[in-house]
Amino acid sequence: MLTTTLILGLVLGGSYALLALGLTLQYGIARIMNLAYGEVALAAAFIAVALFQGLGIPPLVSLPGVAAAGYGAGWLLYQLMMRPLVARSGGGGRLETDSILATFGLLFLLQGVLLTAFGADFTSISYLDRGISILGVPVAANRLVAFGICVLAGGALVAALRFTRWGLSLRAVALAPGAAPLVGIDVNRVARQGFALGAALAATAGASISMYQTFSATGGVVFTMKALVIVIMGGVGNVPGALAAGFALGLIETFVATAIDPGLTLAATFALFLGVLLWRPQGLFGART
Amino acid sequence: MKGISRRALLRAGPVGMAAAMALAAGAQADDATVKIGYAVARTGPNATGAGITTIPNYELWVDTVNKAGGLAMPDGKRRMIEVVEYDNRSSNEDLVRAIERLVSQDKVDLILPPWGTGANLAIAPLMARFGYPQLAVTAVTDKAPDFAARWERSFWMLGGGHDYAAGLVDVLSQARDAGTINAKVAVVSVADGFGIDLISGARPAFEAAGFELAYDKSYPLGTSDFAAIMSEAQASGADSFVAFSYPPGSFGMTRTAQTMGYNPAVFYVSVGGAFPIYPGVADGREEGVMAIGGVDAGSPAIRDYFARHEAFAGKAPDSWASAVTYASLEMLEQAVARAGLEHGALAKELSEGTFETVVGEVKLEDNQLRDLWWVGQWQGGAFRAVGPSGREGASAPVIPKPDW
Repeated sequence: MLTTTLILGLVLGGSYALLALGLTLQYGIARIMNLAYGEVALAAAFIAVALFQGLGIPPLVSLPGVAAAGYGAGWLLYQLMMRPLVARSGGGGRLETDSILATFGLLFLLQGVLLTAFGADFTSISYLDRGISILGVPVAANRLVAFGICVLAGGALVAALRFTRWGLSLRAVALAPGAAPLVGIDVNRVARQGFALGAALAATAGASISMYQTFSATGGVVFTMKALVIVIMGGVGNVPGALAAGFALGLIETFVATAIDPGLTLAATFALFLGVLLWRPQGLFGART
Repeated sequence: MKGISRRALLRAGPVGMAAAMALAAGAQADDATVKIGYAVARTGPNATGAGITTIPNYELWVDTVNKAGGLAMPDGKRRMIEVVEYDNRSSNEDLVRAIERLVSQDKVDLILPPWGTGANLAIAPLMARFGYPQLAVTAVTDKAPDFAARWERSFWMLGGGHDYAAGLVDVLSQARDAGTINAKVAVVSVADGFGIDLISGARPAFEAAGFELAYDKSYPLGTSDFAAIMSEAQASGADSFVAFSYPPGSFGMTRTAQTMGYNPAVFYVSVGGAFPIYPGVADGREEGVMAIGGVDAGSPAIRDYFARHEAFAGKAPDSWASAVTYASLEMLEQAVARAGLEHGALAKELSEGTFETVVGEVKLEDNQLRDLWWVGQWQGGAFRAVGPSGREGASAPVIPKPDW
């Protein structure tokens, strides 16, 4: 009983955490609250499905390509749409408001594009749907794969941020965008990389979601909301925090669903969210400012 | 030398185009056409439902009628249909504004309803005030008798949650009495409008029929992971698994049941189970799955309708509300041919007339379509109606369902 809850919860948490990684990078480093984040993930999911159904390329094979395309799209998006906002804000808090408004518009634009390109239908594929027994608990192989991708991507990101020079400059920009240029960091370049990397992670999450979940062109906002809750719980811009918060959320939802009532999972999520906001507004792992 | 500069040309271009468009619009708006307006969800959360059930049928019907020379009038003449369409962006405020605009500015002759129970209820008072008949198809509500009485030109054509729940209990009771399943049922329901309607109808119906609800839980809208719920349902010892669910949940539970090897004798999901993509979701192993709705898959009219829909829209219709939607348009067409476009006479004809449609001969009772299929089952690649079992065209349910 307890092992079932634990394993199902961890696997669910992995898919949540993977979804939140990109958003926390985009907000933490580029200071852009990307409300169109879910649509970016959805676009990747649609592309992965189209490649699978049209050309027979399995999502796992197309995933690196989709992630790279996500990086490119994020790069372009930052350069064309966000850069003017960044330049105008002059490093102040105005960027957050402006970016929320701009990406809110982007959300509808992307949704419209997805609707015309892929239609309004529900989309779902069967890929790696077999059950795999882990300590006697049957888990869908595709969810395990998503869990693996989350651990890999999250682990690599944490390591890169902590141990490389590139990670150091990313953290410097996240911590003190005003002071980072003083030590020779090109803030614009680093912010652009952070934003593009976030888009690549969104695309990775989207391509993994396409393996196990039914989605439609209008469902992006659900992904954004889930990611947002996790990002705020983990501490904005905090990658290990987002991972931990994602796993915590998955475990709590599964525990509540089995031990108490499936109807209370949403309530439990938001109770936890409220608790974190009240007692640790900087997030579970955020530094006090 | 140059007679016209490029700049002047660029400036003149749009003006000329606008003039041409105005002329074209003027030509279209002459008396020979019937203006039909609708405000449907092209964007927003309702776009999925509207895109599956409502919009393709409207477009198919208009295309069919216009290719036949137009709508027949009582005097024997035919008039082409001209469509005025707005996107209601899944918002009731936009929808109401669009309906007002259709009436006061576009002065359309007829209005087709939007997709969804909430949207149809939102425009019902307005339609009644303007006197337009409202053929509310995709509105499932137990209050249909009250609404039909309150707005006398409104027609309710998809039954209520209690009807579907009772229809399912009926099918299961017969299987239990035959000894094929035990008297335990595992039920899960989505905590949202339709799911609540269905479960509140099903609980008393199951108990009255002598079933024990071995597992009875609800889950929030937007739940994407059903592994925990399904393993609890499996452990409950029930032979029947019943989910009052929306499409994402129906699909998610199907795949979870497959991966964990959960093989109940009865596997029932609600909305989405009758969608043409369901066999794809179930990876070709949909045989025996029950769901809400159903069509008389053997009838030539339905087969012809499915073929035309697929040729026109590029996809098969869903096997629940699509055929009824198309039937409502055929009713409208025949009522116009008999009574004309005057709203009072048209509504009277819709209410009292008998119509030949893809779902068979239709006659409304108190402005409601009651002759409906409540339960269907995937059998041999088609979603066939199995309940009510006494109705002509019903297939016999296959219980127990073959393993995944």
